[in-house]
Amino acid sequence: MSFWTRHQVFEKNSIILVVGILVMIAFGGLVEITPLFYLKSTIEKVDGMRPYTPLELAGRNIYVREGCYLCHSQMVRPLRDEVERYGHYSLAAESMYDHPFQWGSKRTGPDLARVGGKYSDEWHVTHLKNPRAIVPQSIMPGYPFLAKTELDAEAVAAHLRTSRTVGVPYSDDQIANAAADLKAQADPDNAGADAFAKRYPKAVVRNFDNNGGNPTEMDALVAYLQMLGTLVDFKLYNEKANLR
Amino acid sequence: MTQGEAGLGALSAVSAFVFVFVAAKAADGAFAFHAALFAVFSLWACFAIFNRYFSRAAALPPQEINGRPNYNFGPIKFSAAIAMFWGIAGFLVGLIIALQLAFPVLNFDLPWISFGRLRPLHTSAVIFAFGGNVLIASSFYVVQKSCRVRLAGDLAPWFVVLGYNFFILIAGTGYLLGVTQGKEYAEPEWYADLWLTVVWVVYLLVFLITVIKRKEPHIFVANWFFLAFIVTIAVLHLGNNPGLPVSLLGSKSYIAWGGVQDAMFQWWYGHNAVGFFLTAGFLAIMYYFVPKRADRPIYSYRLSIIHFWALIFLYIWAGPHHLHYTALPDWAQTLGMTFSIMLWMPSWGGMINGLLTLSGAWDKLRTDPVLRMLVVSVAFYGMSTFEGPMMSIKVVNSLSHYTDWTIGHVHSGALGWVGFVSFGALYCLVPWLWNKKQLYSLKLVNWHFWISTLGIVLYISAMWVSGIMQGLMWRAYTALGFLEYSFIETVEAMHPFYVTRALGGALFLIGSLIMAYNLWMTVRVGEEEVASPVALQPAE
Repeated sequence: MSFWTRHQVFEKNSIILVVGILVMIAFGGLVEITPLFYLKSTIEKVDGMRPYTPLELAGRNIYVREGCYLCHSQMVRPLRDEVERYGHYSLAAESMYDHPFQWGSKRTGPDLARVGGKYSDEWHVTHLKNPRAIVPQSIMPGYPFLAKTELDAEAVAAHLRTSRTVGVPYSDDQIANAAADLKAQADPDNAGADAFAKRYPKAVVRNFDNNGGNPTEMDALVAYLQMLGTLVDFKLYNEKANLR
Repeated sequence: MTQGEAGLGALSAVSAFVFVFVAAKAADGAFAFHAALFAVFSLWACFAIFNRYFSRAAALPPQEINGRPNYNFGPIKFSAAIAMFWGIAGFLVGLIIALQLAFPVLNFDLPWISFGRLRPLHTSAVIFAFGGNVLIASSFYVVQKSCRVRLAGDLAPWFVVLGYNFFILIAGTGYLLGVTQGKEYAEPEWYADLWLTVVWVVYLLVFLITVIKRKEPHIFVANWFFLAFIVTIAVLHLGNNPGLPVSLLGSKSYIAWGGVQDAMFQWWYGHNAVGFFLTAGFLAIMYYFVPKRADRPIYSYRLSIIHFWALIFLYIWAGPHHLHYTALPDWAQTLGMTFSIMLWMPSWGGMINGLLTLSGAWDKLRTDPVLRMLVVSVAFYGMSTFEGPMMSIKVVNSLSHYTDWTIGHVHSGALGWVGFVSFGALYCLVPWLWNKKQLYSLKLVNWHFWISTLGIVLYISAMWVSGIMQGLMWRAYTALGFLEYSFIETVEAMHPFYVTRALGGALFLIGSLIMAYNLWMTVRVGEEEVASPVALQPAE
């Protein structure tokens, strides 16, 4: 019986055809995806990674909501010009708490993986309200409404709890104090600022939008942008130990 | 009353009630709006089911009339018509965002119409709304005709087409309100994903049961491709989208996968949305409509067997080429590149099979602009399936990635291949479905063809030039060893190409408007086809 006659078993039995399709499409996904969950070398060993603070997480959700990832990548490739332009190439460890990942696929605007600390808060606020006030040739949309929208501090604890269920290591303490921490990070005079700094070591406490009152979406987004790529200290990072 | 009518009618009545309460209790405005839409849709469905029951004849439509299958064209007509509507809407939003990139003032500083929210609306409208409806319409048509039986189910086919378009409505309005998962081409949030899962399972069942009750011993080639498309999209959807909602009464959820694993899942999904939605499904269209329109048999049956299995086996591996030089481990990148290059062969197998089907009928290209559209789509398929493997080579990708070259590549496939093969299929389907002798005007098809082709050429050449230029500018060094250009200088240099691209998009949109007019006139004033009284010999 030739190959072509044998193939008729698929041509004449719809269920066998469906099973054949399922088997054929199973290989690629299984081989490429499953090892990423158990190969230890997939995520580098680094110091300094911590979950996002409540304010940063709120900012990240605004970043996702506005579709920033459609024009800005967060993934510096290990190429000479990129490392010079943006900084150390990105590590897998740096996005291990990202649900979803925001590596992006297009650079209509520059990469943001290491934008944290590069510009002042005031620069970001002015630029987000009207990008062309700072960069005349920019084609980025303006987001003046962020500064006018207050955050719902009470809602953020549920976000931390959900994040913990999908694998981000938030402590009970962090979840219980989420609303207070969100307010404290945007207000250096807040009574809870010290407790916040203990829960999130090295996190920055500042009035990001330079406006009094309750934290706004502008506070949150700027707080998020200002921490991007700053957690891992590359002076201490052991590249050789993480070769893969 | 049938069990289906009673069950679905009762179910939609109950869900209308439930969703009114959900809307009242919702945690955010967008979710309340969507729950209200669900309530309205359920209520309407309940009304439509009972209305149909009271106005229809006592018996359901027969499976056969005079020994010939009594085909079910109603849902197909709906899907074909709404595909044209979504197509125009999607092309229009594409044009708007192209203009926003050239003239940023068009974002108007408003949240709902800024680029970041409109871009998913554009991609979803053209891929899932336009492409999806073309696929549902053509698959329901082809499976009935090639199996010589009436479509399975009574309400089920209607549930598929209406439910699918309701999903589009939820997804699209969600984007404008800022409801998104933040994963490209998988932006709809958890509740829209769940609804799509239900609709898709019913779609698979309707299609598969129709195939099972076929009157032909063999399953026709196009149906293999449709099956692979439906089954694989289900697997991809379930693999990429598991997430946990923050509240069952709110729109926001967190994806189960994180970081590098999420990236791999995403592009396993993303690339195979291209491979199975935009390729396998439309190859099925090619396998039915090209032979039918050219009135020639498929060039090689054996080639179609080889290329089918090779295509579905190889495509699924290609995802990591979207993640070259990222933090994805090198072994996965190399696997992705290797399989992407191999993928060139089955892709061209399909192209050759499509093009050579015209052997002995090439002269028809001069007289039949619909066939010309179908054939040019296959040529574009060949071109972009060569370009794709080339761009998946790591060295090439280091230049092309993150630039407009990718956008150009996508559009040569999307406008040239998917767009033209869809247009060709709709030009064939509309006269068949509405029982007309021919299209209203072949001359208008000709105009559509040339205007759109010119639009595509402008679009993709502008994106090639701007993409390669930007890639080269990013890596340019001065003689003293400094980076030559700041980022904003590269943005400035893109402006003329963004204007050209918008012009190309406008031409493509104009072409589709001509098409819509032509199809509308075909349905309205076309001459009725008189059924031939002689029963045809069934195919062996």
